[in-house]
Amino acid sequence: MAKKRVVSATINGEVVEFLCEPRQTLLEVLRDTLDMTGTKEGCSNGNCGACTVLLDGRPVVSCLVLAMEADGSEIRTIEGVARGSHLDEVQQAFLEGAALQCGICTPGFIMQTEALLQANPNPTEEEIRFYLAGNLCRCTGYDKIVRAVQAAAQKRLATT
Amino acid sequence: MHDFDYERPVSLVEALSLMARHNGHARPLAGGTDLIDQMRLGRHQPGALIDVKRIAELNVLAADADGLHVGAAVPCCRIVEQPLVNQQYTALVDSCRIIGGIQIQSRASVGGNLCNSGPAADSTPSLIALQGVCVIAGPAGTRRVPVERFCTGPGQNVLQPGELLVEICFPPRPPHSGSHYRRLIPRNEMDIAVVGVGAAVELDESGRTIRAARIGLGAVAPTPLWAEEAGALLAGQPADDVQFARAAEAARKIVSPITDMRGTREYRIHVTGVLVQRVLRAAVARARGEAFTYLPGH
Repeated sequence: MAKKRVVSATINGEVVEFLCEPRQTLLEVLRDTLDMTGTKEGCSNGNCGACTVLLDGRPVVSCLVLAMEADGSEIRTIEGVARGSHLDEVQQAFLEGAALQCGICTPGFIMQTEALLQANPNPTEEEIRFYLAGNLCRCTGYDKIVRAVQAAAQKRLATT
Repeated sequence: MHDFDYERPVSLVEALSLMARHNGHARPLAGGTDLIDQMRLGRHQPGALIDVKRIAELNVLAADADGLHVGAAVPCCRIVEQPLVNQQYTALVDSCRIIGGIQIQSRASVGGNLCNSGPAADSTPSLIALQGVCVIAGPAGTRRVPVERFCTGPGQNVLQPGELLVEICFPPRPPHSGSHYRRLIPRNEMDIAVVGVGAAVELDESGRTIRAARIGLGAVAPTPLWAEEAGALLAGQPADDVQFARAAEAARKIVSPITDMRGTREYRIHVTGVLVQRVLRAAVARARGEAFTYLPGH
């Protein structure tokens, strides 16, 4: 067996050290070792986007990142989105717009939306659909999700 | 996934020595978007992964007198943001914007796309069109292989055990030149090419005559193809639809596509010609400095 090694990363602003094997993905470590089960496992082959987290500011599917690759990086997960007990604009918009049904895809969609609005604070519908193409939803459908993203963008633009 | 070792060298020398020590049982890891999935499926079971993302030579993305250097580990998201690549090597940007989704582009590298050697790889036709040359380091030194000779079959290439793709080097783009890549897929994004075509053209000062053209084809043969004759036919000819149609006909003659769930052989042959014409039109428009916006899926 390949030796376990210590990996150190900043997760949601906190320095975290954990032990892992080379074969463990970042997704597995987040969920099974660190008990951060907000990040969901969908397809585990990079197609569905349910496990999207931000790695050094970029959205990635954590099922295709080895935990060891994350050494020294800064990671943001769904657990780091709310400010204390206050939902952020994207979470609030998904809730108010009923942009979810079973909810498995939602953390991934929210993380991808955070990345989108960071890169492009006022995206068109076309840009939203293109940027979110790597996230699949199998129950609500996409219109409510797109509208929630638009609402979150407008709310952020109005308050900044 | 199976059990394996993980190494993270910080120099090319160290990486090559690790590759040698693992004696053909190690695989380089760049973005991992193909490799990790294939390991999970059991298709590859390397004894070790050599993470090449901390090696300076594989992270270069810069131009000098020799042209543009794209390190093998540079992710798509960096390429699409590089100003010079956006101005002069637009086919490469077109490719990098449609490989997987945004999350995949954060990790996936053009070098990895090439080393994975899939027949439908979206960046390879652009690399061929832009005259890319692979710089390969190994125990016997460094060698250079034109991109069109790199892939030897589906999932296979010229890399020998212990060798590592360091970078892809492109000659400087001449004045009055333009390039484009597009593919046919049934959706707007997140799909594998039914056919993909990349082309680069150089025009004369008047913008009316083609000086030189190179065309790369994807998903229509066991490897990406250089449509050499189709490009050569255009040299010295007017940049018009009649000539684009001749090039398309020549490109159709060299393809040998399979029939699968994405399309029949006949359909792929037909689409090859259609895309060659569209891509040439776009490359010429860009060479003339005309406004041309490419929205994938349209």
